[in-house]
Amino acid sequence: MRNPSIDRQLVLVTFGLILFGLATLYSAGQTDVPTRAAGAWERQIMWVGVGIVAAWIVFHLSLRVLEWVAPALYVCSLLLLGIVLLVGTGAGTAESSHSWLSVGGHQIGQPSELAKVATVLMLARFLSGRKEPPRSLRDLIAPSLIVGVPCLLVLKQPDLGSALVFVGIYFAMLFWTGVRPRMLFLLASPVISLLLAFNTLAWSFWMIIFVIILIAWRPYVWDWVVFLAANVAMGAVAMPLWKRLAPYQQNRLLTFLNPEVDPRAAGYHAIQSRVAIGSGGWFGTGYTEGPQKRLAFLPEQHTDFVFSVVGEELGFVGVLVALSLFLGLFLVLLRIARRATDPFSSLAVFGIVGLFFTHVFENVGMTVNLMPITGIPLPLFSYGGSFFIICSLCLGLALRVAWDSRQSGYADT
Amino acid sequence: MNFDSYRIRERADIARLVLLGAFLVLIGAFFRTQVLQHEKFQLKAATNRLRPIQLTSPRGSILDRKGKVLAENVPGYSVKLLAQSTDSLRSVLARVARFVPLDSARVTDILQRYLQARYQPALVFGDASFDVIAKLEEHRSLLPGLVIQAEPKRLYPAGKSIAHLVGYVSEVTEADLNADRYPGAVLGSIVGKAGLEGEYDDTLRGIEGVRYIEVNARGRLVREEAASASLPPTPGKRIVTTIDLDLQRFVDSIWPAGVRGALVAMTPNGEIRALYSAPTFDPNHFVGGISSARYPPASPFKLAIAAMALKRGLINLNTTMPEPCRGGLRLGNRVFRCWKKEGHGTLDLIGAVAASCDVYFYQLGLRLGLDAILQDGVLMGFRDKSGVDLENELSPIYPTSLAYFDRLYGPRHWSAPGTTLNFSIGQGENTQTLINMVKFYQGLAGPGATVTPYIVKPSSSRPRSLGLTARELDGLRRALIAVVERGTASANRRTDLAVAGKTGTAQNPHGEDHGWFIGFAPADKPELVVGGIMEFAKHGTTVAPYVVQTLRRYILGPDVTGPVKLGVLLDETVTSQDTAPRPIELDPDSAAAAKAAADSARRAEPAQ
Repeated sequence: MRNPSIDRQLVLVTFGLILFGLATLYSAGQTDVPTRAAGAWERQIMWVGVGIVAAWIVFHLSLRVLEWVAPALYVCSLLLLGIVLLVGTGAGTAESSHSWLSVGGHQIGQPSELAKVATVLMLARFLSGRKEPPRSLRDLIAPSLIVGVPCLLVLKQPDLGSALVFVGIYFAMLFWTGVRPRMLFLLASPVISLLLAFNTLAWSFWMIIFVIILIAWRPYVWDWVVFLAANVAMGAVAMPLWKRLAPYQQNRLLTFLNPEVDPRAAGYHAIQSRVAIGSGGWFGTGYTEGPQKRLAFLPEQHTDFVFSVVGEELGFVGVLVALSLFLGLFLVLLRIARRATDPFSSLAVFGIVGLFFTHVFENVGMTVNLMPITGIPLPLFSYGGSFFIICSLCLGLALRVAWDSRQSGYADT
Repeated sequence: MNFDSYRIRERADIARLVLLGAFLVLIGAFFRTQVLQHEKFQLKAATNRLRPIQLTSPRGSILDRKGKVLAENVPGYSVKLLAQSTDSLRSVLARVARFVPLDSARVTDILQRYLQARYQPALVFGDASFDVIAKLEEHRSLLPGLVIQAEPKRLYPAGKSIAHLVGYVSEVTEADLNADRYPGAVLGSIVGKAGLEGEYDDTLRGIEGVRYIEVNARGRLVREEAASASLPPTPGKRIVTTIDLDLQRFVDSIWPAGVRGALVAMTPNGEIRALYSAPTFDPNHFVGGISSARYPPASPFKLAIAAMALKRGLINLNTTMPEPCRGGLRLGNRVFRCWKKEGHGTLDLIGAVAASCDVYFYQLGLRLGLDAILQDGVLMGFRDKSGVDLENELSPIYPTSLAYFDRLYGPRHWSAPGTTLNFSIGQGENTQTLINMVKFYQGLAGPGATVTPYIVKPSSSRPRSLGLTARELDGLRRALIAVVERGTASANRRTDLAVAGKTGTAQNPHGEDHGWFIGFAPADKPELVVGGIMEFAKHGTTVAPYVVQTLRRYILGPDVTGPVKLGVLLDETVTSQDTAPRPIELDPDSAAAAKAAADSARRAEPAQ
């Protein structure tokens, strides 16, 4: 190796995923019916080139520069999110939403992707500047606002999937900064209350258990009150909130529970994706040969449902290989975060783990109906320029953190 | 941030556990979908993209007795459309209509078919010409879901000459399916209708096959599935008939244009050699329905009356009637006329048959009595279908007892003697199909028993004896020979072939009378019995030449028979008539007077 300080594991696993992704994209374009996926792999190669350049630039920037630029980047991305709410356009599965920024009729990118990275950097900067990890709700107000503002703006587009990614980043980084897991659990408790509120009996049980937990864990008095109030409030607003949802939104949630409710419309994606994956079996139907994909039964096979192509054509074995690569990536990133030279770097890398992981788990999960269908891409696989560049920036940053820690002698043998 | 390395390591361990747990959940979900539920999803994937298409089985051919083809298969094409929804089908049909003619009624019909079986391609053209196929094939890219299929198509080389005999084929109707008339048929099956196609549909149809085609998400045909996945159709079996196609064609060639009627030729043992019905149609382009008809049997029925009387021993061949024929018979206050105004004088049975003397048979009928006529008629089979192996044979109408007339007219509103006289000359509430009358004459021509006529399979039912002795049969045959030698059909006497037969004229309240002739030849050792009827022909003598020519064609061969003079039908110079005259009213009818007359006739019977 010319440069022994480059983290070879990260580079290898990243290029493994990129090549796997390109191969899958190529196959996604091989259909018997003309689809938009046809030339996607060629354009993606261009984006890969752009991404490598972007990662190379970030790799050469000091983390201090990133830390310094984080607030400006964060404000910029909030502004963009605001603009896109006013003039944004839809695309793909979400034609009616406002998630794309267009200039002169050309869609140049989704500000929500940029906002994810900016939020990671901003939150890393804020949390790393504090001596102690947040212990009470009061301590959590600022970090919650940092994540909450872009999250709400994205939710307004509406883009439920990306909003979920902010939540993932939030919890991951709070955990990494040292917030106790029981605090994280209490933070998540209103959501549990909301979900259980549709069954009065289950909700009653939950409230009893929750009170016992509060008594046992003895948080601050004010936290005690707020958490209990939030849980009760969630239980109360659940039904009215459900009724206020538009019928198509209700349908989406219902079809998650049972896709056969509406097999032609809302449940179509969920059913066809599972059919494609299920018909793959152990070894799949063969690379580029998947009939469900070839005959266009599989929707969005080059973007949101690119992983279904892997499932259909390469089978369970191919899925295992792809998931292993992703798991490998996360473990490498985790190691880099653990051995980072300073809190900001460590938090930033772990925030990236939270970002990527939410994307992977939600995207792969929805192809087998493990998660509700929200249109978020699979990192390094799904076709798309802006998201690929964001991913490249993140990995360039991680590579730099790893390089820094090796330079300072922190690296393992 | 709490950044001491021990804490960080602790958190990293927890994070690793969470990651591993999450990936195990994902892998578990994929294992469940791909390995545990693989078969379920594989089946779903197959039903997603594979559409079954029926493969019509080649229908068995129908041959005549010498192996000539009555019906066979030639390659044809069907055009079908696969569609996702009614709307998409409608829009594709609109585009089809730009290239080939397609009216709105047809479109409605196609849409209706589509709704019955959405996952099967909807039939657009069952039998498309090569032009249509070429035009559609040219614009295939505009017509998603287009399926063009080579399919065996039914061809009847003999065309209209055999139409009523072979019947036709068409797509099975929903009513047929509901009634389960065609076992094994499914929506879209081609089944035989009427004639031999209908009667022997089971044998001819075979078993349909199936093939799968692969379609994409828009229902467009992508490729034919591998042949291994398809089930080839089992061809139907051929049937060999007793028909003589040459004779059948000959009958068609001599039949006068525009005349309604029928002609049946059968051997004495019941094999049908020709079965012709006019007006005919081309079964290759069939649209309407097949007609079959009943007519009053008229004078040919006199032989049945004679046979009844002989069987009951009321008369013998030489018996004369008490009243000589003076042109009519007075019954009560009515005179029942003979067709010959001048009268026939005194005749014996043979003479009466030869001259078709109505007055003789009036008296014979009165001697038999209406009860006996009805009883014996039923025994001779005049109430039953002939039993020929053809679909949709009509039942003749023949009362079983006097109660029939009571029901029909009311107990006191009909006169038994008048009805008896009508029945004696084959009129009245008695209508017969041609084939049933030919069956009776086949009994006379053969050994004195009627056998069930057949075209493919002989009937298992036993011959029905007429109950006549050989001498009596011989006598009746001599009488029938006399008809042609010197009687009503003498114009048709030929030296080369001795023909026996009987003319008849059936009263027709709606216009000119219908003409009958039933005959057989050679008279001494019959080989063929032929019956013909022509509507509005006025006289039986009009029909006789056609029947005689048919007999000569069959027995003497094609070289002897020339064309029949077509003018015969309208020839007013025909002298030898055989009409069934209507009685003249002398006085307002009274049942009592009629009864008295009947009684006096009975008293005149010779003591037994």
